[in-house]
Amino acid sequence: MIDISVNNEPKCVEAEKPLAELLAEWGFECQRVAVAVNEDFVPRSSYGSVCLNAGDRIDVVAPVQGG
Amino acid sequence: MSDTWTLYGVTFKSRLLIGSALYPSPQVMSDAIAASGAEIITVGLRRQSPEEAGGQSLWTHIKKLNKTLLPNTAGCHSVKEAVTLAQMSREMFETDWIKLEVIGDDYNLQPDPIATVEAAEKLTGLGFKVFPYCTDDLVICQRLRDVGCEVLMPWGSPIGTGRGLMNPYNLQTIRERIPDMPLIVDAGIGKPSHAVMALELGYDGILLNTAVAQANEPVRMAEAFRHALLAGRSACLAGAMPERQTASPSTPTLGMPFWHQS
Repeated sequence: MIDISVNNEPKCVEAEKPLAELLAEWGFECQRVAVAVNEDFVPRSSYGSVCLNAGDRIDVVAPVQGG
Repeated sequence: MSDTWTLYGVTFKSRLLIGSALYPSPQVMSDAIAASGAEIITVGLRRQSPEEAGGQSLWTHIKKLNKTLLPNTAGCHSVKEAVTLAQMSREMFETDWIKLEVIGDDYNLQPDPIATVEAAEKLTGLGFKVFPYCTDDLVICQRLRDVGCEVLMPWGSPIGTGRGLMNPYNLQTIRERIPDMPLIVDAGIGKPSHAVMALELGYDGILLNTAVAQANEPVRMAEAFRHALLAGRSACLAGAMPERQTASPSTPTLGMPFWHQS
């Protein structure tokens, strides 16, 4: 298990799980989101292959109103 | 005779770009956007928790409006943040268009001019169509043009202040020295008269949000801006009279009654 943060909230996850599975576990599977890991963009096509490392900072974002 | 303009190869009739934030309700937002005649709406991306799912309903709502979307990198303070948020926006909103904001000061929310040029160059290299929010600095505008921006968006005044055009001289200078590119005044617009002034200066469009969303009657204000943009654009095309130092009467002086040779 490794310690990471998701949207600045600490989480503990299995090291070998791909991002796609983790996003589903966190409740995002049916939602339209975009993801960055350590402030780098991760395209949707990579969710199945990207695994996380200890200390990774994950940002999960969705559309909001903006000017 | 219809007057249109083109941004990155796409032609528009309305010269208003409008924000989607700060409205009293989603319905008022939709009604105001419709009343404004705007064809381009700005949107953003923020952290989402799974329970919120707010992003989904907003996405559905915004899609129904059937407008061209211009995602922003609002709140970014560094080149890296802006580039990453732009990439996330491109995937989310399925557009290469990005309103580039890299903020330099949290009090006046002014663009960081150096970081904005650097981010614009990176993003242009990644295939984005960049709409840079910038200060009214001629040289920064020229640098943005040089790194590949085909639109420039100098500020009128700080975001949300409603102060209008702080420095018409600077804006006019930018227009005169960069005559062949669409220029949009973005930020600080408060009243329709500000929009008229910008278009009279020769600017091609206006981007605003707070001026409509936070008006007492947003829908009526949106319509006022629609009229203002038509007035400003017509005035620019019509060519205003020259300013004079001394008065010059309109009514003929010859034949004035009551006048006698003394």
